[in-house]
Amino acid sequence: MHLASLVEMVESGFDERVLLGSVTAPVTGTDFGRMVRSGASTLPGYTSLVYAGENHPLLPVALFSAAWAGIPFVPVNYRLEDAHLISLINRQPGALVLADEHTAARLGGIAEPVQLFDEWLVNLPAEAPAIDPPFDDDEIAVVLYTSGTTSEPKAALLRHRHLMAYLLGSVEFGGAGEDEAVLVSVPPYHVAGVANMLSNTFSGRRLVYLRHFEATTWLNTVRAEAVTHAMVVPTMLARIVEALEGADAGVPSLRSLSYGGSKVSERVLTSALLAFPNTGFVNAYGLTETASTIAVLGPDDHRAAISSDDPAIKRRLSSAGQVLPTIEVEIRDDMEQLVAAGETGMIYLRGEQISGEYASGSVLDSDGWFCTRDRGSLDAEGYLFIEGRADDTIIRGGENIAPAEIETVLLAHPAVQEACVVGIPDDVWGQRIVSAVVLRPGQTVDVEALRDYVRHELRGSKTPDTIVFRDSLPHTDTGKMLRRVVLTELTQSLGQS
Amino acid sequence: MSLTIKAGSRLYGATSTTELIVVKTPSAELDLTIGGQPALLDASGRTGATDIAEGHGGGAAMGKRYVDSSGGVELLCTKAGEGLPAVAGEVLQLKDAKPLPASD
Repeated sequence: MHLASLVEMVESGFDERVLLGSVTAPVTGTDFGRMVRSGASTLPGYTSLVYAGENHPLLPVALFSAAWAGIPFVPVNYRLEDAHLISLINRQPGALVLADEHTAARLGGIAEPVQLFDEWLVNLPAEAPAIDPPFDDDEIAVVLYTSGTTSEPKAALLRHRHLMAYLLGSVEFGGAGEDEAVLVSVPPYHVAGVANMLSNTFSGRRLVYLRHFEATTWLNTVRAEAVTHAMVVPTMLARIVEALEGADAGVPSLRSLSYGGSKVSERVLTSALLAFPNTGFVNAYGLTETASTIAVLGPDDHRAAISSDDPAIKRRLSSAGQVLPTIEVEIRDDMEQLVAAGETGMIYLRGEQISGEYASGSVLDSDGWFCTRDRGSLDAEGYLFIEGRADDTIIRGGENIAPAEIETVLLAHPAVQEACVVGIPDDVWGQRIVSAVVLRPGQTVDVEALRDYVRHELRGSKTPDTIVFRDSLPHTDTGKMLRRVVLTELTQSLGQS
Repeated sequence: MSLTIKAGSRLYGATSTTELIVVKTPSAELDLTIGGQPALLDASGRTGATDIAEGHGGGAAMGKRYVDSSGGVELLCTKAGEGLPAVAGEVLQLKDAKPLPASD
């Protein structure tokens, strides 16, 4: 199926239901359909619709207008520096660029026409000539640039059939109650931002947008808009927990809080569970190339893990849950052979929603399997544990070491706020383990004490050879650690031995 | 009487408020009825009649999916109505789907 079908479904099923906007400025399914048809009528002749800006209450109108007109929707990271942002947009010749005011002012150098999204919305023709949407679900619906934490950003292609497979496989059409509202604070260029638009429109849940994330605004908006559902990345969860300073969040309307996008620290999660005692927690795992979520740790799993004395069940709190019923998962070793339950290897996925395709070509193998380049393991009951990017694996003296394992131990130390473990070139070991650590405010700890602590929890070969303290560590704005930057900095400052 | 359809085609009950969308179909030509009356591809063909053939009523529910015994045909209900969909006289069955927790 094609996303344009979703517009017709919305008009049929949610004609009177409020799908977008605030309590005071509601947009019903009928309004939405009219805006999308009108929006699409401005797009013939363009090869794609680029969106360069913050979140916007009517952002889904842009995505669905592009779908109705049969051109890809390309949300780009407006937070990139000018030259980088412009080079991404220049990779979309023939596009119409819709931007917010601040971003538009930075796009002087591009050849493509730029319009303010707000002005485009105001000027939508009242009498739009009807367009017959092209219903070919093999067309490209969305182009997303991967965050490029380990390499240059790649243009991931999501076709209509991938996105609809995700919706049909995991969301019930109209499954949300009329009182439900979701607060979106992930940016439009993140796959979760795209998935937010689609799955909430599909389930009939009103979408409320934060233009950009700020913890206090987030909490106030949940209260003001009687928000029932929200999705955050771990950095946002950490900021919310920080802002609460141990108090109850005071958000009785919030039934479900989903987090994902990178690894959450156990301390943040435990504090969050205490601050939101009546909210169900959901951990979602997915990649841009898998059209969003492929594994979910649901509220019942969270409760079971917290209340269990069984270590095997307790540790599931740090898992990504089980894969969706529509997804197949395999963990393979370096020889591409399946490993036993509990053993770590490379995570492979297969299913109708898995795209595994870039502008440069598909990376699916001949049987349709996608190598995530994430390492992980499955327990006996199919709970998936993510250990980090394979490309981040440190090979020290022939032994494969996952930085995440060491980081988890460091983060459990009461003085440690953040930790990044990398392998820098070493003449003797091939690579040696170096950790950059940010201490919690007011805390001090001795390097040797911290090394002893890790050695006690793990073992000698997994103990950082060097630990350095830093005031902060670099992240993408959606909370992913920029390991490349840390690695470069540490390699330069510590040098080859 | 068969209709020409594909994934994404809209179907309207002639004698009920039921509306469906085709999720998948094994062939482009399908003998489709809703409430026992030939399904319409356009809502404007509705006459306001409300007769439902015996065994073809009982209600289609919004958001639910209906499949034939072979699993080749799958329709999704976008508007509830009394009439149930059928292919070549076989009333489609409600597809069991376990909703997952909202993750985004």
